[in-house]
Amino acid sequence: MTAPLDVSGEELRATPEAVAEAAGGKAIQGRSLGQIAWMRLRRDKVAMTGGIVVIFLILVAIFAPLIVDWFGHPPNEFHQEMIDTNTLGPKGGTGITKDFLFGVEPVNGRDLFSRVVYGSRISLLIAFLATLLSVVIGTVMGIVAGYFGGWVDAVISRLMDIFLAFPLLVFALSLVGVLAQFETNLAVQGDTLRILLLIFVIGFFNWPYIGRIIRGQTLSLREREFVDAARSLGARGPYILFREILPNLIAPILIYATLLIPSNVLFEAALSFLGVSVQPPTATWGGMLAAAVKFYTMPHFMFFPGMAIFITVLAFNLFGDGLRDALDPKSSR
Amino acid sequence: MSEALLSVDGLQKHFPVTKGLLKRQVGAVKAVDGISFEVRKGETLGVVGESGCGKTTTGRLITRLIEPTGGKIVFEGRDISHMSQGKLRPLRRDVQMIFQDPYSSLNPRHTVGAIVGAPFRIQGVQTEHGVKRAVQDILALVGLNPEHYNRYPHEFSGGQRQRIGIARTLALKPKLIVADEPVSALDVSIQAQVVNLLEDLQNELDLTYVVIAHDLSVVRHISDRVAVMYLGKIVELADQKDLYKSPMHPYTNALLSAVPIPDVKGRQGRERIRLQGDVPSPLNPPPACRFHTRCWKAQEICKQVEPPLVELATGHEVACHFPENAPAKGDAPAEAGATA
Repeated sequence: MTAPLDVSGEELRATPEAVAEAAGGKAIQGRSLGQIAWMRLRRDKVAMTGGIVVIFLILVAIFAPLIVDWFGHPPNEFHQEMIDTNTLGPKGGTGITKDFLFGVEPVNGRDLFSRVVYGSRISLLIAFLATLLSVVIGTVMGIVAGYFGGWVDAVISRLMDIFLAFPLLVFALSLVGVLAQFETNLAVQGDTLRILLLIFVIGFFNWPYIGRIIRGQTLSLREREFVDAARSLGARGPYILFREILPNLIAPILIYATLLIPSNVLFEAALSFLGVSVQPPTATWGGMLAAAVKFYTMPHFMFFPGMAIFITVLAFNLFGDGLRDALDPKSSR
Repeated sequence: MSEALLSVDGLQKHFPVTKGLLKRQVGAVKAVDGISFEVRKGETLGVVGESGCGKTTTGRLITRLIEPTGGKIVFEGRDISHMSQGKLRPLRRDVQMIFQDPYSSLNPRHTVGAIVGAPFRIQGVQTEHGVKRAVQDILALVGLNPEHYNRYPHEFSGGQRQRIGIARTLALKPKLIVADEPVSALDVSIQAQVVNLLEDLQNELDLTYVVIAHDLSVVRHISDRVAVMYLGKIVELADQKDLYKSPMHPYTNALLSAVPIPDVKGRQGRERIRLQGDVPSPLNPPPACRFHTRCWKAQEICKQVEPPLVELATGHEVACHFPENAPAKGDAPAEAGATA
């Protein structure tokens, strides 16, 4: 370390640091916090693996019809020729061949590969849209409660407590069951109705978790001087909320959205396991697990949808954790 | 020059202290408790005092970030003390604020261009060659590289960040700038740069400053007049030269005696005044003269009668029953004011 008094005359004369720096003459390229987080994320191998699996799963869900066209059979097509008529199980135990990559179902002989692939559509669609709903409601409620405080905060916070105390599973079971009774009177029917219902139930009752996080972050952000600076310039409430505070909340929103998706995948699987999700013959992972319970002697039936759920949840969680590590260290500055 | 740009009269800010479920008010923090002063066009008024004496609250009141409990703030002849935020909007162009912490006053998610350009966007001001050009001109004015337009605040040092903050306040060509501890978060070497920048800008753009600081040397350097605050009151208000040369209030004396003197020889001639005890709580300030609990000159009258802020010499106002360095006729007006 050099002595503090050891300053050359040249350094003393260089007044504004900026001018001295510009003399370097290199092209100036600003790096946003997002770019820095991305650089950090890229170095995290586990998170990147998770991210790649997530992207793969999304692609599988989007291109399910094409994939099934190439590698399998339509998901609801019966293949009695694959079934051993004595045991009602697949021929050879699992029925795995190069035509049936994951084997076939007992009794009807439907292609398990196709059903798992198609199941990802329902799972991811519901998980994503329900998460989106939670995030939108939670962010708006949290930011409003945190910024305005006072009685607004009191009302919203108590509302969150009420929602968190709600017996969600029981409610979901009964709501979907009851509304399905009136199916014929509603604008949408069948699978569409049930998917919408599930998105609503899962999304609408999960918002307080993210709402609380956003409220807390907003509470600390609104004390920062840049909010005062905007106010002293005459900025109105909406400008401060959405232009000054919201951009600083992107990190927590992204992180908790990524971590909420797997829990919604699990919840949807649980609901379809209990039979309130999309009805057969449409394939869902939870529904396949429920069907497989009766055939515990043929574990491949349970294995593939189970693995699908497991891999999806794990990939999202690993990616979410990595995202948090990449975004958080700077978010306090 | 002598025309008052801003005048403050009996300004008060009490923060309520509430208790229990029903938010019953059990008391109030009297952060600012009846202060009056004027800021003349083109001058720099320094406000000094120790932590918690209400300096920052005063600044936030002038810029109307908070609403006063009592008293009047008149800017350019208009009473802004209780004006609604909507009506204040156009006036905000004329009164701007420089903030203390350059790490918290710039939004980390916005580029420098967005930060310095925000005033134009919020106020809907049209510029001749577009906002970008205007922002780059201002960046150059405060000694930053205009090429830094697309950079983010975290890429800058503290001094540079404070320059960005200053650039933002200059964007709308304000008349009055309230600088709340503009340099206290910076390295000493950078402090001089920023203080000099503020002075240059004042000459160039005909600005009026209210500089809030606890560093007496900074205030001495930049101010034309200085107000000394103690527990929400102004105890002395004078021209910079008078105040530093012949301080009248005992508290000012004590403050000045605490300023470090770099020259070792100079230290010998000075008597260091050590104040006893802590600053009393603004929740329950001492009656009458607020300084009597720590004042070595305190008498019975100090505990019973509040000394008013009276002009003892030309342009030198003091609130004390027993001022020091007072001119010969000094004691008489103080006593008269006290009994009135």
